Amino acid sequence: MNLLAINTSDQVLGVALLKNGQIIGQYTTNLRKGHATRLMPAIVDLMEEVNWTPQDLEKIVVAKGPGSYTGVRIGLTTAKTLAWALKLPIEGVSSIRALAYQAIFSPYLISPFFDARRERIYTGLFKSSDGHLVHVKDEQNIAMSKWLEKLVALNEKILFLSPSISLYKEMIEEALGRNALFASESYNIIQPAHLALASIPENETNVHTLIPNYLRLAEAEAKWREQKGANE
Amino acid sequence: MTKDVMILGIETSCDETAAAIVKNGRTLLSNVVASQIESHQRFGGVVPEIASRHHVEQMTIVLEEAFEQADVTWDDIDAIAVTEGPGLVGALLVGISAAKALAFAKQKPLIGVHHIAGHIYANRLQQEFSFPLLSLIVSGGHTELVLMRGHGDYELLGETLDDAAGEAFDKVARMLKLPYPGGPHIDQLAEHGQPTIEFPRAWLDKDRYDFSFSGLKSAVNNYLHNAKQREEEIIKEDVAASFQASVIDVHVEKTYRAALQYDVQQVIVAGGVAANQGLRFALEEKFAHEKFQLLIPPLYLCTDNAAMIAAAGTIAYEQGYRSAWDMNAHPSLPLR
Ligand SMILES: [Zn+2]
Repeated sequence: MNLLAINTSDQVLGVALLKNGQIIGQYTTNLRKGHATRLMPAIVDLMEEVNWTPQDLEKIVVAKGPGSYTGVRIGLTTAKTLAWALKLPIEGVSSIRALAYQAIFSPYLISPFFDARRERIYTGLFKSSDGHLVHVKDEQNIAMSKWLEKLVALNEKILFLSPSISLYKEMIEEALGRNALFASESYNIIQPAHLALASIPENETNVHTLIPNYLRLAEAEAKWREQKGANE
Repeated sequence: MTKDVMILGIETSCDETAAAIVKNGRTLLSNVVASQIESHQRFGGVVPEIASRHHVEQMTIVLEEAFEQADVTWDDIDAIAVTEGPGLVGALLVGISAAKALAFAKQKPLIGVHHIAGHIYANRLQQEFSFPLLSLIVSGGHTELVLMRGHGDYELLGETLDDAAGEAFDKVARMLKLPYPGGPHIDQLAEHGQPTIEFPRAWLDKDRYDFSFSGLKSAVNNYLHNAKQREEEIIKEDVAASFQASVIDVHVEKTYRAALQYDVQQVIVAGGVAANQGLRFALEEKFAHEKFQLLIPPLYLCTDNAAMIAAAGTIAYEQGYRSAWDMNAHPSLPLR
């Protein structure tokens, strides 16, 4: 099976082509540059490099967030439209889960997270079991301090993975002390091929119903609901 | 006989997710528009983030519908045209991402289209152009007079120096506590009122064709404020009629003057505010006995749609214009 994986859910841009689970080609950048101008050239170049035509594709896997709203939408719209035009199965994978796959061999709990600004994060808690990831705590948008409180209560060693690790490292160490573990820097970004690993074939969706997983309301919507609640 | 040119158009620059298929730039085969107006109403205006969220959810559904309605296959499609700008950047990027994916998947040329060129070319779905041609573009985001000496050739004669006409309508509607979007409500109220209040007309430099509506907007605001202070009754119908009369006067007069100066064959009106009944009547009346032809598209072609993008894209395609894979959204793209 020829699979195309796309991730543009945070600063990292990743495209991978896999044949029966094996990486044929992979492209990753970790730059402060927009995805809009760079995603399609990356896909086109990589496909050309490995000598695939669009007709060779058999499945598309895409990171559906949470992360940067615009980034998620660029990746998801590209993936959905490709899948629709080529009549391919498509699967949206949580970007948190995809990041957790960087530590699939960890014997410890894994807490992958993305910065959601104002000291909030998108995160979840996983453990590795027979080469698969199992959810220990649901994916959520939460204040880092609150999240750390929950983790302290577990009193276990936890491996943290994040492209924004440096922003929160001190805070995590202060809360968890020796239970806080960190990987070398290169493990802190999503490898696009891992989207394929993180995919669960039963999660294949109808192309029209696959939508981003923002884990957060649009700001105007949140304010509107708050006001409405206050008035009632 | 030359082969038919069939273009798929995509438009997501504001709050409509749209896809359409147009033959030879003149025949509409399908025109699908998913409007989000209801989602934005409670906020009193378009919320960019919410618009973008809707676009992602609607895009492939709208595309599928466009193909079903047109009853054509991918083999029939020559190129994919998409709005490149101006517009909301996050919203534009959804349409652009979709267009690139289609162009790559089906190995078709990709063509970025200017949203205003689209509004102009909506008219060609009704009537073939004859040049030179003057276009008055009036919408929520634009008030412009554009001279065309040939297809794809745009010369900006004048534009608004502050608010677009549609913006002025929305702001005055808010002052009168009318629901969003305000334009149609003002138009309806004005029909039942008399232009009894002397609001200013911003003629600006007589030799230029620029517009300004900020002075008018403040005049309406002051009038309402003063009337309230003096506890005078405010007849909303008359305020709407007087405001609208000022807007219409300036538009009609400047368009008329430019049409004479450039000796045009046609005057076409484009953009959402072209749906305004008052403006349509005033233009028809003023131009009734002139030698140039006045074209105002039907309502469904005045508001944002993708057929207009496909129609403008057809000319770009025929003229050999192609966009690259790194095309970006341009929120304030100039019309060239
Ligand atoms: Zn428009």
